[in-house]
Amino acid sequence: MNFDVVPSSWYLILSALLFSLGVIGFLIKRSLITVFMSIELMLNAVNLSFVTFAHEWHAVKGQIFVFFVMMVAAAEAAVGLAIIISIFRARATLNVDQIDLMKL
Amino acid sequence: MNFWFFLLLSILKVALVLVVFLTSVAYTVLLERKLVGRIQNRWGPSRVGPFGLLQPLVDGAKLFLKEDMIPAGVYKPLYLLAPLIALGCSLLSIAVVPFGEPITWRGVKLFEIADLNIGLLIILGVTSISVYGIALAGWSSNNKYSLLGALRSSAQMVSYELALGLSLVGVVLRTGSLSLTDIVKVQSVHGIASWNLFGGGQILAFFIYLTAAYAETNRAPFDLPEAETELTGGYHTEYSSMKFAMFFMAEYGNMITVGCVATLLFLGGWTSPFGDLIPPPQNIFVHALMPILWFVAKVFSFLFLYIWVRGTVPRFRYDQLMGYGWKYLVPAAMLNIVGTSLIMAVFP
Amino acid sequence: MHLVLFLIFAAFCLAGAINLLLQTHPINSALSLIVVMSSLAVLYLLLGAEFLAAAQIIVYAGAVMVLFTFVVMLLNVGEEEKTHGSQVAKVIGFPAVVVILGVISTIVLEAQKHLGGVSLSDGVTTTQDLSRVLFHELLLPFELTSVLILIAILGAVALARKEGHS
Repeated sequence: MNFDVVPSSWYLILSALLFSLGVIGFLIKRSLITVFMSIELMLNAVNLSFVTFAHEWHAVKGQIFVFFVMMVAAAEAAVGLAIIISIFRARATLNVDQIDLMKL
Repeated sequence: MNFWFFLLLSILKVALVLVVFLTSVAYTVLLERKLVGRIQNRWGPSRVGPFGLLQPLVDGAKLFLKEDMIPAGVYKPLYLLAPLIALGCSLLSIAVVPFGEPITWRGVKLFEIADLNIGLLIILGVTSISVYGIALAGWSSNNKYSLLGALRSSAQMVSYELALGLSLVGVVLRTGSLSLTDIVKVQSVHGIASWNLFGGGQILAFFIYLTAAYAETNRAPFDLPEAETELTGGYHTEYSSMKFAMFFMAEYGNMITVGCVATLLFLGGWTSPFGDLIPPPQNIFVHALMPILWFVAKVFSFLFLYIWVRGTVPRFRYDQLMGYGWKYLVPAAMLNIVGTSLIMAVFP
Repeated sequence: MHLVLFLIFAAFCLAGAINLLLQTHPINSALSLIVVMSSLAVLYLLLGAEFLAAAQIIVYAGAVMVLFTFVVMLLNVGEEEKTHGSQVAKVIGFPAVVVILGVISTIVLEAQKHLGGVSLSDGVTTTQDLSRVLFHELLLPFELTSVLILIAILGAVALARKEGHS
């Protein structure tokens, strides 16, 4: 066993596991803010496979993709949390089962 | 074995830096009490030891022997975690600071713990993490004053982080590197004239950095999170004994770190302000230790300025603070970036 | 050395992600997510992406998650209530997760012999390399993201503003 080399596939499998955990969190969590966190977890998992492939093929553009994902995630967090705040103001709950109308 | 030698030397370096850093934290507290005393026309601590020099030891012993209370209503895991985060972040960023000329001995850099290509980004990252210490302390204390203090402080730190980060872009543009060693090397040519503060034309950036750093470290005139007349103690109201001491040490540790970063980025780091006017010393030990002396002197002057401002300027109101950060500092920092890049494009 | 570091931080990632699911208080979930993100930053560093590692800490752990904790503190969100949940999630969601995980793992294990390895001596992608590509070849997308962020800021302000304020 060589202690200095880790196969790229391990990174990819870790990324797949994190993504699945994110999806499961999205399905089982009942608080809107934790559901949103699960989405962030999925984005992070995908970023890991981007970086792994960028390393695999020595392509800098793979890393730049992650950079863009980060920027979009930051923008998404700002808007998403603003939506969460206005939902909480209107209904005083963050339980996803009670937020089932398509309006505030 | 080369690896074990490297590990041993690194641990030694970390231990030495830690001891020196914590001692300087203790004496920064004394310095502040002495200076503020003089500014307010009193003596400051003067009873314990000559000139009150043993005061930090006695203060430490007192805090250590105090009863360690955990209030009944707190959320215990986070209540215990918060001071650790605060102190940890405060100690972490010193790891990338180079204190002296990059002298390598058997492949190990002597005067810094870790030399990274992205040293500056690491410092910014650690700064952005340190918000959690304060935010969690306030939230987990289950006390309205703590929560208000923590909310104020996290909003303030997030806002001023932007101005702080933007003010450093001018320096990075001038250097073309994020490595702190490179940033200092650029400023080492003509002594004081090539410092980023004067020769580099970054005086506006320095002012923005200075102001944002006061807000980042929650120091007067931006010490709203612990404004004692309205919030009692702010986020650390419910903390006592060593846990309070950890917040206290974190605050002064952050002051020293900010001083180190300002020295590296704007004041020429470990280089002599006289440049080539003084011939370099012949003795190899003096040659190696002189830069550290300059570094310490610069950090000390920065700390002096810090405390001077604390003793002079009154506290801002909260809306003034946020308005000042967003309406003046951030646009000024952007102006500085545009100006620096224009100058660099015209005179390459 | 690399293997040890990978195993430690991969374990941190998975433990954090599982803890995110198990915790019932949002602030604990947020802290677990911060652990996941910081460990991912170390994994990026192992993969030679040093700028991204720093950006991961600054943007995700230091800005996005601070917003999350800030909102949790501001709204004083309590423990999560246990409610029945969605029927669609049970019927379609969970089998789909298993299928996705199965398909990805099969493909990756199948392609394993074509993929190389990662080691500490591979060299790093410096910030200069990254910015050269970003500002030469991908300048337009970069500028477009700035427009996106501006729109996001305006949207966030418009959404979070209290009714009745002018």
